Amino acid sequence: MISTTILETRSLTIGFRVKNKTKTVFKNININVKQGQLISIIGANGIGKSTLLRTLTGAQKPLLGDVMLCNSNLQQMSKIAIAKKLSVVYTDRLPPSNLSVFELVALGRQPYTNWLGKLSTTDLEKIHWAIKLTEIEHLQNQKHYELSDGQLQKVLVARALAQDSPLIILDEPTTHLDLVNKVLLFKLLKKLTIETNKCILLSTHDLDLAIQISDEVVVMIPEKLIQDTPKNLIENNILNNIFNDEHILFDAITKNFQIQ
Amino acid sequence: MQNKYNYLLLALAILLLIALLLNLSFGAVAIPFKNVIGSLLGNDSGKESWNYIILEYRLPKAITAILAGMGLAISGLLMQTMFRNPLAGPFVLGLSSGSSLGVALLIMGSGLLPTLVSGLLLSQYGIILASSIGSFSVLLLVLAVSQKLRDTSSILIVGLMFGSFTSAFVSVLTYFSTAEQLQKFSFWSMGNLGNLTWESITILTIFTIIGLILSVISLKSLDAMLLGENYAQSLGLNYKKSRLIIILGTSILTGCITAFVGPIAFIGLAVPHIAKLIFNTSNHKILFLSTLLIGAIALLICDLLTHIPNSDVILPINAVTSVFGAPIVIYLLLNKNKLTI
Repeated sequence: MISTTILETRSLTIGFRVKNKTKTVFKNININVKQGQLISIIGANGIGKSTLLRTLTGAQKPLLGDVMLCNSNLQQMSKIAIAKKLSVVYTDRLPPSNLSVFELVALGRQPYTNWLGKLSTTDLEKIHWAIKLTEIEHLQNQKHYELSDGQLQKVLVARALAQDSPLIILDEPTTHLDLVNKVLLFKLLKKLTIETNKCILLSTHDLDLAIQISDEVVVMIPEKLIQDTPKNLIENNILNNIFNDEHILFDAITKNFQIQ
Repeated sequence: MQNKYNYLLLALAILLLIALLLNLSFGAVAIPFKNVIGSLLGNDSGKESWNYIILEYRLPKAITAILAGMGLAISGLLMQTMFRNPLAGPFVLGLSSGSSLGVALLIMGSGLLPTLVSGLLLSQYGIILASSIGSFSVLLLVLAVSQKLRDTSSILIVGLMFGSFTSAFVSVLTYFSTAEQLQKFSFWSMGNLGNLTWESITILTIFTIIGLILSVISLKSLDAMLLGENYAQSLGLNYKKSRLIIILGTSILTGCITAFVGPIAFIGLAVPHIAKLIFNTSNHKILFLSTLLIGAIALLICDLLTHIPNSDVILPINAVTSVFGAPIVIYLLLNKNKLTI
């Protein structure tokens, strides 16, 4: 199957501009993600995963280089155009509100609705489709604050699905979850890439899970970024460089990080 | 679900009509109900003085109460969502104090200007403008500080500080002003729904409608803001522009209403929560309509309660709104899960 490129970066340098000074976080990033792929970004704390994701979603401007989303330069796209191509799941806690699960998922349709936000038949179809696919039908009428962390994460994924964009970006979606829910979430995301042919890009600290289930992994180690399949990364002994610490090493046979 | 909302809204509309009729029927002078109705319908109410009281005093006051109640409640609703803080409101965030400062500067500072200019400034338009600019500036200041402070409860404290600061400044101003200026300002600051001419009511209506139109335009962005700034932007919302429209709307509503009726406490803070409790939703289309109706009902009833039966004494409107508003807010604080944006 030939799959098209959804997102690619060209010699991207990310960082911050504070007044006239620039603080470079990571240089020369070249990644390429295609339809139907589940891709995990891994790296140590503070290496720049969040900054990279913020740059890819357009929340932050690149210092150098380009982000190409569906063959258009992200910097030149309108906010609505970006919202139709890319949806995001953040780690932010939601503000206290009375939103029900259904209403929350329905907000994903905002880029398509009229000035009053009225839902059309198509909008309702997409919402129900997203709810069914993430298996949260039984939660529909609950308030979002009544949900467990695992349930809420599914609901937020459903909201992103309802936004109907070819690319979904998730910032550390497994952070607050227990092991079972981490596994279930990864399996759900994998299922979505297969069934919807969407591309899902996420950052995570759950390296073992990411290596087992992702189609490709983006490894960020100091001064270098490598995108490859988990198999190749293991064979080339890249994963050992992530932490650069003698207390933890990657065991290529068990495909696990081992405490030394 | 939608049906349930429609029934509730219809019930509120009927309640508003009842509150309006009650408001018109009671006052310092006892007028029989059927004569009130007669007078409103243009028939003879029996006595010339009754006609005058109803059409030239009670009706303008009731309309002012409806406009002010709607406008203040809506501006509270908008602020609670925008600041993601259930305790936000025009009074708490210092907007009313900002209006006071604007009006105080105008009334007491105009003595320094030539008579022609000061006469122009002291007209109703001048006071509306000063009051709106005052509330707008305070809202901008609170907003600027809230960019630095991510913690939303600190924003409220900043609002309260601005409130104290402006009141202090007003006190200093009063120290240097003449008795006449002081009297004019004191009358304004006590808050009064009555005494508005039909001309003033027309101006108030126009500005309230402008404020409400800006609020209606913002309903979709307000829904997006329920998810926080990051999500709102990822949904394609132009956050800065939407926020500016909301700020303009709330400042026009608060500024203009405060200009005419003086600072009124608690309507803006408590009414949106009553709407949220009854309708149990965060959908701003429904909250807008319900807050609008409940705001009008609340201020009509509060105004009704300013009249002590069988006496000429009229309590300040602010005292009544506070007596009812403060316990509601305390009740909400004690039931944290009922406190939502």
